[in-house]
Amino acid sequence: MKKYIPVRFRNFSVLASSRAIWITVILMVLFLVVLVVSVGLGDIKIAPAEVFKSFFGTGSDLHNLVVRTFRLPRILLAAFAGAALAVAGAILQGIIRNPLASPDIIGLTSGASLTTVGFLAIFTTSDNALTVSINWLPLASFLGALLTGILVYRLSEKNGLSQFKIVLIGIGLAAGAEAVTNLIMVMGSIYIASRANIWLVGSVNGANWPEVVILMIWFFILFIMALLLSRRLNILELGDTITVSVGSSTSKDKKILLIISTALTGGAVAFAGGIGFVGLMAPHMARKLVGSAYGALIPVSALLGAMIVMISDLIGRTLFAPIEVPAGVFSAIIGAPYFIYLLYKSRNI
Amino acid sequence: MSILEAKDLSVSYGDTNILDELNLKIPKGKITVFIGKNGCGKSTLLSTFARITKPTKGSIILDGKSIAKISTKKIARELALLPQGPSAPEGMNVLQLVKQGRYPYQNWMKQWSREDEEAVSKALSVTGTAELADRPVEDLSGGQKQRVWIAMVLAQDTDTILLDEPTTYLDLSHQIEILDLLYDLNQNENRTIVMVLHDLNLACRYADHIVAIQDKHVFAQGAPEEIMSCDLVKDVFGMDVNIVNCPLFGTPMCIPYGKGRNVKEGRCTAVAY
Ligand SMILES: Nc1ncnc2c1ncn2[C@@H]1O[C@H](COP(=O)(O)OP(=O)(O)OP(=O)(O)O)[C@@H](O)[C@H]1O
Ligand SMILES: [Mg+2]
Repeated sequence: MKKYIPVRFRNFSVLASSRAIWITVILMVLFLVVLVVSVGLGDIKIAPAEVFKSFFGTGSDLHNLVVRTFRLPRILLAAFAGAALAVAGAILQGIIRNPLASPDIIGLTSGASLTTVGFLAIFTTSDNALTVSINWLPLASFLGALLTGILVYRLSEKNGLSQFKIVLIGIGLAAGAEAVTNLIMVMGSIYIASRANIWLVGSVNGANWPEVVILMIWFFILFIMALLLSRRLNILELGDTITVSVGSSTSKDKKILLIISTALTGGAVAFAGGIGFVGLMAPHMARKLVGSAYGALIPVSALLGAMIVMISDLIGRTLFAPIEVPAGVFSAIIGAPYFIYLLYKSRNI
Repeated sequence: MSILEAKDLSVSYGDTNILDELNLKIPKGKITVFIGKNGCGKSTLLSTFARITKPTKGSIILDGKSIAKISTKKIARELALLPQGPSAPEGMNVLQLVKQGRYPYQNWMKQWSREDEEAVSKALSVTGTAELADRPVEDLSGGQKQRVWIAMVLAQDTDTILLDEPTTYLDLSHQIEILDLLYDLNQNENRTIVMVLHDLNLACRYADHIVAIQDKHVFAQGAPEEIMSCDLVKDVFGMDVNIVNCPLFGTPMCIPYGKGRNVKEGRCTAVAY
């Protein structure tokens, strides 16, 4: 079997890696398996065949209710949030040229959390209703992520910042943003504080279909934009000099890609909270699987990120049932050691 | 006959002036080597030629036109630069890297045309890296890496290739291997090569044209046989040397004075100037 297959059709041509295609297909199948298993598990256990029936509304009434109203929206929200964070991380690693970059580690999720909690605090009335549409929430998160992103980018652009320093700047910014977030929570109502607390660690409990649909549209638009720009990401990874030398534009592309990455982070944070380490682990694992070509790296990262959060959420709601542990806790349990391992590996750079 | 030229070129980093109204014509189809002390501005000059660094005054002329007025993609089809110590991202394999050289010929639809395929396989075979195509770049030896980067620049298929210290960190045999490769490209395909080298002896052996940079200007330029002299090296590097003819090639060779073991007369003494 040939390792690379040129695909040519009229003016269109790409070089596809057969390994990347295989891995994507396998991951898609795995994704479906995780989806069906996780929909089937919980207080009421549902066999995979029944799950399928209920997907199409042909199962028993109880199963239809459990699957379609409770579990599916929650699990899909977890999947899209994970995929969004993973793609955001993959893009960041390319533009900052740093394998340690990810939306949580450089502080984007904390920035997004700050503006999201701020949004909730400002627009929640005394009887715990929102005075504006919930549809504005992703925008608030996006702005927080974007501002933090611009800050980190400006700081890391000043020549010669080592990979460690960028991580340190991010940790610093994240700590600052978290402090302010806590302040808002302490000063705000108890209701906001308790709601925000769960959500800050990252939880998809209580998801509903409108949220899923908004996040899905948000994700797919940005995902396609990222795919269209994958060619430029490949070049950006070779450094500024080569990028200019082969006739691409460094600063313009970096800005667009930074906006896409922060928008993905904002979307995920708005609906699922700050699920940590997915944006670091998924792209890194994807790179090990399919190499550095972004055309493959982006979809593979998305699939891995989706599965990591789905599985974290599954463990979180089944392991200690009836107590629910937010998905972010489990992603952090595997993510934190992974981060330390990467930090250790890059200590000399 | 010159296609690439610096006209009254001044470059500064912040307030520090690095090059001051420098004028230089790069001879077409020849190998040109920049020499000069560390920090004298060789890399700066090379990267200004490649429009990476923007001049504060003056301009770079390519085929009679200021490069500031030519689209960057068009320049990328005329002129390629290999910077000093480039680094490939984790997980990138040789084919993927060399393929990036085709960027100026591609767009979002056309990402792997037949011309791209031909240019890449030619670049791989000329540099002897075809059998490395599937290997991750990070796993290669220094010499292999450098050949792969040269392959990437070759895939760009430009008439002029600029290289900043392409032999640094390589052992002598790999240095010769890289320089021979560049020499062949110049001889067989008539490519114009401009590079920075620190080894004066190799510079004299491979260069048709040597450009000595000193104090923000071109201090001297010409064929090595014509310009290499004890005075030139003294003026440019502040070092005393003796110049002899290479016993193999007849090109100038610089032998520096200084300390070290002297076994000529059976005892160790410093060679005095
Ligand atoms: N990005 C930069 N910002 C500020 N100063 C710079 C920058 N790049 C180079 N310089 C300064 O400009 C001067 C010329 O640098 P350049 O790299 O062109 O020298 P060089 O001749 O290539 O030296 P070497 O032989 O060591 O490679 C040096 O004094 C250097 O410190
Ligand atoms: Mg230099």
